[in-house]
Amino acid sequence: MSQAEAGVLTVVPQLPQRRTQTTVGFLALFRSELTLTFRRARTIALLGILAALPVLIGVVVKVETGGPGEGPAFIAQVSQNGLFLVFTALAVALPVFLPMTVGVVAGDSIAGEASTGTLRYLLVAPAGRTRLLAAKFTAALAFCLAATLAVALTALLTGAALFPLGQVTLLSGDTIGLAAALLRALLVAGVVAASLAGLVAIGLFVSTLTGSGIAAMATTVGLVLLVQILDTFPQLHAIQPFLFTHQWLSFSDLLRQPMHWDNVLQNLGLQALYVAVFGSAAWARFTSRDITA
Amino acid sequence: MTGAPTQGQAAPDDVIRTSGLTKRFRGGQLAVDGLDLTVPRGSVFGFLGPNGSGKTTTIRMLMGLIAPTSGVATVLGSPMPQAVGSVLPRVGALIEGPALYGYLSGRDNLARFDAADPTADPRTRALRVTEALERVGLTAAAGKKARAYSLGMKQRLGLASALLQPRELLVLDEPTNGLDPQGMREIRSLVREVAAEGTTVFLSSHLLDEIEQVCTHAAVMSKGRLVVQGTVSELAARAQGRLVVRTPDVALAAEVLGGRQVTDLRTDQARVDGVTGSLGDDELPKLCAALVEAGVRVHGFGVERGTLEDAFVALTGEGFDVAG
Repeated sequence: MSQAEAGVLTVVPQLPQRRTQTTVGFLALFRSELTLTFRRARTIALLGILAALPVLIGVVVKVETGGPGEGPAFIAQVSQNGLFLVFTALAVALPVFLPMTVGVVAGDSIAGEASTGTLRYLLVAPAGRTRLLAAKFTAALAFCLAATLAVALTALLTGAALFPLGQVTLLSGDTIGLAAALLRALLVAGVVAASLAGLVAIGLFVSTLTGSGIAAMATTVGLVLLVQILDTFPQLHAIQPFLFTHQWLSFSDLLRQPMHWDNVLQNLGLQALYVAVFGSAAWARFTSRDITA
Repeated sequence: MTGAPTQGQAAPDDVIRTSGLTKRFRGGQLAVDGLDLTVPRGSVFGFLGPNGSGKTTTIRMLMGLIAPTSGVATVLGSPMPQAVGSVLPRVGALIEGPALYGYLSGRDNLARFDAADPTADPRTRALRVTEALERVGLTAAAGKKARAYSLGMKQRLGLASALLQPRELLVLDEPTNGLDPQGMREIRSLVREVAAEGTTVFLSSHLLDEIEQVCTHAAVMSKGRLVVQGTVSELAARAQGRLVVRTPDVALAAEVLGGRQVTDLRTDQARVDGVTGSLGDDELPKLCAALVEAGVRVHGFGVERGTLEDAFVALTGEGFDVAG
């Protein structure tokens, strides 16, 4: 093609300055991902639903006070101390509502970008596949924390508004002051948020498998339900300790004096294992995949 | 070409070079077959081919989005997809139409794509976004949500994201798709402007006159294979010129021309045309005289230059009658 070039190369092109990667530049995608997640109307709506849940429980307890009845964990203590609404709301939200919203956010993370086509523009920017995956994971974890806090804070406010606050009698019978109890509530919220990390990794992995955001969300949420059903079969006793939902409600061990950490640590260890396994799978899949969407 | 890998700011002669580039999808479909493509630095390179000829698959391989089954793709002197991190910050791309976050404004969309580039400086982001918006004429609509954009506006926003930085290479897949004629002209002049600044432009299009208007070089793909590549004038020259005679006496004119070694005669209402082939330029006056002598009322007589479209049709075998 040398004869073809002759006419074109008379002007020596001035090359643009070669830029190098900077730390702020590297972190910009993480910031962008967080902003994007929390600016979406969908995220706000999900957080709104989660925030409405404790209000609903609080009102029901207030209206129905009296009858001994059965109900979710800690519900009997709520009318004595509003702070227990935090634990009740978390115990109600953790099996279904929290994983559902987390499944939506994590499941949609890569697949949603693929289905709108923005994934290819992020990758030619170039976002870097590992960096993009890490940013998506970070944003989804941040959502777990925000979702848990949305439940815990509205529960605290509702509890304070509808019921008396004061010294808290723990499950072990000991009594601690309100400030110490608030710290425990914060700790519990942190543990609950961390309990969702394994699910985030699963959602992220599912999200790298498909080009449809809806399919990824539905699969992730479906998995949560399936695993919890499996957790109820006595025949599956042998595998149940390895199900990521198995120790979810172990956070109540932190409401004893002294706190029982065994099951909580087992839960956190299990979450770390799921993050390692499904995070690696997501990485292996996403970094080798052809992006045709 | 010395063949040695180029270091630092030194410009390799070829911005894109592929050899034996092949992509077979999992279904077994051979999308690109042994492609040897060379895009010289500083060119405006037209990449032509009918739908399904493998243009977009090639562009996706060049941008590191899909891995080749075999063969090598080198962009700005480095192999793809291994070197995406160092190559792509110097490349702006519009691939298979724009894709935007509908719930973000035009400005926020650009900021988002800019944040994805780890070499982009966040301190200059707002300024660069503003300049890019201005360059594609979207300043007035910058605050509107992208879902409210027309296809033409989305296309412009896609272009703006390719122009967020000074680039060495601009890859534009069908950049005038969905634009009105005025918008098309604007984009073409933008392409010329960018090329004049020294950016190599790799432009895929199905619009032949577009390629002819803005490109210096072109390559033609058909069924996953490269049919031909070269300068646009070289390619157009491959299409033979046709002798056109305008006359009401069509049948008589055709008879005279046929007797004088003019081949591939086509008759139309008040028009006869054919290929003069081996006849030299000085034969043309004699041909004209012969027509007049035979009593043909010659209203017009001349040679129409071959267009890229003729060359394209001939090369891809897309049927001759299209030109009619």
